[in-house]
Amino acid sequence: MNQMTEEGYVTEDGRTIGGKLMEMKHISLRFGGVKAITDISFDIREGEIRAIIGPNGAGKSSMLNVVSGFYVPQEGEVWFRGEKRPQMRPYEVARQGIARTFQNIALFEGMSVLDNVMTGRLTHMQTGIAAQALWKGKAEREEVENREFVEKIIDFLEIQAIRKTPVANLPYGMKKRVELARALAAEPKLLLLDEPMAGMNVEEKEDMSRFVLDVNDEFGTTIALIEHDMGVVMDLSDRVVVMDYGKKIGDGTPDEVRNNQDVIDAYLGVSHD
Amino acid sequence: MPEQVLWGMEVFLNGLMAGVLYALVALGFVLIFKASGIFNFSQGVMALFAALTLVGIMEGQVPFSHLINAALGTDVHHFGWHVPAFAAILLTMGVMVLLAWAVNQFIFRHLVGQEPIILFMATIGLAYFLEGFGDIMWGSDIKKLDVGLPQGINGMIDEVTYNIFGYGFFIDNLDIWATVIAALLVIVLTIYSQYSKQGRALRAVADDHQAALSVGISLKFIWVLVWSIAGFVALVAGIMWGTKSGVQFSLSLIALKALPVLMLGGFTSIPGAIVGGLIIGVGEKLFEFLVGSMIGGATENWFAYVLALIFLVFRPQGLFGEKIIERV
Repeated sequence: MNQMTEEGYVTEDGRTIGGKLMEMKHISLRFGGVKAITDISFDIREGEIRAIIGPNGAGKSSMLNVVSGFYVPQEGEVWFRGEKRPQMRPYEVARQGIARTFQNIALFEGMSVLDNVMTGRLTHMQTGIAAQALWKGKAEREEVENREFVEKIIDFLEIQAIRKTPVANLPYGMKKRVELARALAAEPKLLLLDEPMAGMNVEEKEDMSRFVLDVNDEFGTTIALIEHDMGVVMDLSDRVVVMDYGKKIGDGTPDEVRNNQDVIDAYLGVSHD
Repeated sequence: MPEQVLWGMEVFLNGLMAGVLYALVALGFVLIFKASGIFNFSQGVMALFAALTLVGIMEGQVPFSHLINAALGTDVHHFGWHVPAFAAILLTMGVMVLLAWAVNQFIFRHLVGQEPIILFMATIGLAYFLEGFGDIMWGSDIKKLDVGLPQGINGMIDEVTYNIFGYGFFIDNLDIWATVIAALLVIVLTIYSQYSKQGRALRAVADDHQAALSVGISLKFIWVLVWSIAGFVALVAGIMWGTKSGVQFSLSLIALKALPVLMLGGFTSIPGAIVGGLIIGVGEKLFEFLVGSMIGGATENWFAYVLALIFLVFRPQGLFGEKIIERV
């Protein structure tokens, strides 16, 4: 990695990364007496793929839930696009341009793939209730425009064949892909992926990795992801945050992190003396 | 054609029209149940409350007048003005939206994630509260509601059928209007829930709260919207029933007739509510006509419930309901 500055840096594969899109400052989160996150700070740069890794129970998902507004930390500040974010509800965070997927897949099971992806466009629809009810002019135009965008995403993620299928009938790997499509449909400024490859076979993991890279490349979307599979993380991400027992124990490029003794100890469980 | 058959046809037609009114109430149940998983026992009382409010506003009644007079020793009952029907309907709709907001704010917001039975109990409480509240607000006397819908025998149908069969059918104009309005309501609601932004959000919230939040849907807004729509359907049902049989507190009992309708049609299906309503309406009228006289009459009181019982045994999900599959 080249020199890291406020304005950004250039990655090993020559991509230019911008300034801070999101910054977490001294975040602490407790559930009753249990400390899930203790004093963690890190930033996410414009255009980069940022990974959060760590063993089970390290607090990775909690961190993602803080970013997406599902959890409210007791201490610390969240800065987004250069402004301190006031306490927000998850739907307000989503409207700010932060989309996410879930570890255990949260899709609308009763709806078709197309309808699921369309819900991702809700933040881009402005027309009020009255116009919608009457289904006139602006509302109709809006629906058509959004539909076109959604079809683009569906093509992009190669799920044309299952457009009309009810989500409940899809296999696991496909559901993960539909969830990604719904998040992408929102044209997010920041895309949060909670274990996008969990429970997938090698082939599916390769597909998903390709999509993550393509999304970043094609749309320039900033991506923050949590992943267990070390190989995948090291291949995909520009920079990695490593957590253990709610604390940050490493932060840097995959190579830096790989050679960090604390990380080796904690994450890989290798003892040294 | 023998007279008996002609009478039967007339009974059949009237049954259809009565069924439409049942369907209207059932529709309110289905909408809330689909969108929030709450079986809203208070739907019938909401129809009563809407009708009471509508009459009260039209007649220029002073709300809570008994309470005010008792507390202040005054003697006010009426403002002395009359509000035109259309404006009064809009105002009543406003009251129903306020009610929707209050119901969410003070009750269901605090019960998120609770068992369905607890939500159901809450709606029973709401039903009793609303009944008492309507009484305090507008008084308990039977009121006449006339929003300008035509009533009485439809002359054209009478004449046409007389010319064809030599026997004029008695069809009430109000029933015809109720049918047309109910049909429109169903079409509008179906299009709205299938194709509009809010409709999609509504279905999304019904499906998965977390996922709905993640795509930027405000749960509170959707819940208030759902209760407002239920309030709107209650208002339409209240107008129809109120015009037909006067605005009285027994109106809330029509909600009970909606239960067998739902058991027939399925709790999650809008077409089910309609077809269920029609079957009950026609069924109880025809049964009374054909069998009633042999067994002493008054079969309309129980026919619907027995039919629902039979359905519960053989097809518990109803005609159109989602099949209940338990995965082991």
